[in-house]
Amino acid sequence: MRELLLVLIGAALVNNVVLSQFLGICPFLGVSKKTETAAGMGAAVIFVITIASACTYGIYHLILVPTGLEYMQTIVFIMVIAALVQLVEMLLKKMIPSLYQALGVYLPLITTNCAVLGVAINNVTKEYNFVTSVVNGFGTACGFLIAIVIMAGIRERIEHNPVPKAFKGSPIVLITAGLMAIAFFGFAGVIK
Amino acid sequence: MNKYVERVYNGVIKENPTFVLMLGMCPTLAVTTSAMNGVGMGLTTAVVLIMSNMLISMLRKVIPDKVRMPAFIVVVASFVTIVQFLLKAYIPDLNKSLGIYIPLIVVNCIILGRAEAYASKNPVMLSILDGLGMGLGFTLGLTLIGAFREILGSGTIFGLQVMPDSYEPITIFILAPGAFFVLAMLTAIQNKLKLKSATNGDAPGEGTEKLACGGNCGQCSGSTCRENHAKLEEKLLKDKEEK
Repeated sequence: MRELLLVLIGAALVNNVVLSQFLGICPFLGVSKKTETAAGMGAAVIFVITIASACTYGIYHLILVPTGLEYMQTIVFIMVIAALVQLVEMLLKKMIPSLYQALGVYLPLITTNCAVLGVAINNVTKEYNFVTSVVNGFGTACGFLIAIVIMAGIRERIEHNPVPKAFKGSPIVLITAGLMAIAFFGFAGVIK
Repeated sequence: MNKYVERVYNGVIKENPTFVLMLGMCPTLAVTTSAMNGVGMGLTTAVVLIMSNMLISMLRKVIPDKVRMPAFIVVVASFVTIVQFLLKAYIPDLNKSLGIYIPLIVVNCIILGRAEAYASKNPVMLSILDGLGMGLGFTLGLTLIGAFREILGSGTIFGLQVMPDSYEPITIFILAPGAFFVLAMLTAIQNKLKLKSATNGDAPGEGTEKLACGGNCGQCSGSTCRENHAKLEEKLLKDKEEK
């Protein structure tokens, strides 16, 4: 239990997926203009990454390991993730239309979000068991949600401030991200 | 200019993936802690890009339009796996320092972007040179950013001491925040000089500042990006009406 908690906090705060591992930078910079859309994107990412961690774990240990095809992991994982996103989209549309309404538009954007593939590969290289893999996936996605929502909140404030002309647009966003990354260094002391 | 030379020139200078198109930001930020890592990552990506462009261009009349994206992804993923094996066998140090970012080349948008925008429509030789140009352009971008961070952050370049002993390295530049700061300064300079770049609003298309991906979205490319954006706009409009 204690270990799981450490993995969760480590994945969400200490090794934040965006600010220290640089995965999922593009949606982080792109979909962070409004808090609402940022939260939607974050929720969709949590959903997909958690399911993807479970699926890729199953496929890796039940199919790739027994057949000795571990080296195929990159190809298999990316296909699984792409198929999974499509499947989740269809299922949500059919079964929980309200959730689909909320997350639907973000789902296709996630297929090529490198955080999803990154978590799947990380789980394998760190040899996590099933529960730890899912917890790690969930924690990583929570880290993404935290980072993108904070970023959106800051960006809404920045918008009406007199930013130097050359820094308008992406430069000021990147500087904000840098300052956030410094702030997240503070979490490094949480886990020894 | 010869059309073959033009392709390489286009990739390295005119549409440089790092400085002009702002594609593939994840590896750009993550591995540029030193110039050597930049060269390694750039060349690895270049090899994958050239090979995948070649194969996709060869198969462009065979692959049905509807399943082209999954087909491209499989081609790219296969080459990434091959390259990863080669790195493991011959340059294990580089493989270790680039780590997870090697398999993540699969989702590097430069590769899928070029496959979709160029290789799937053009003859083999031109596609190979397009891959070469883009790959070299990416290598150039990563190496420059890497060298800059290495000089400031550890006072060396390619591992050689260049700054005087009295220079106190600004370590933050080789840590995570430094990557953001360097890229911020780069885009700010481009904005100031009004150089053509995906960040200053007039490239790669019109109205980029309204795009959900901010116009420098590295993840989705071409039609996918526009479709997603249309969906997002539609939803926002609907939400507004409901309110």
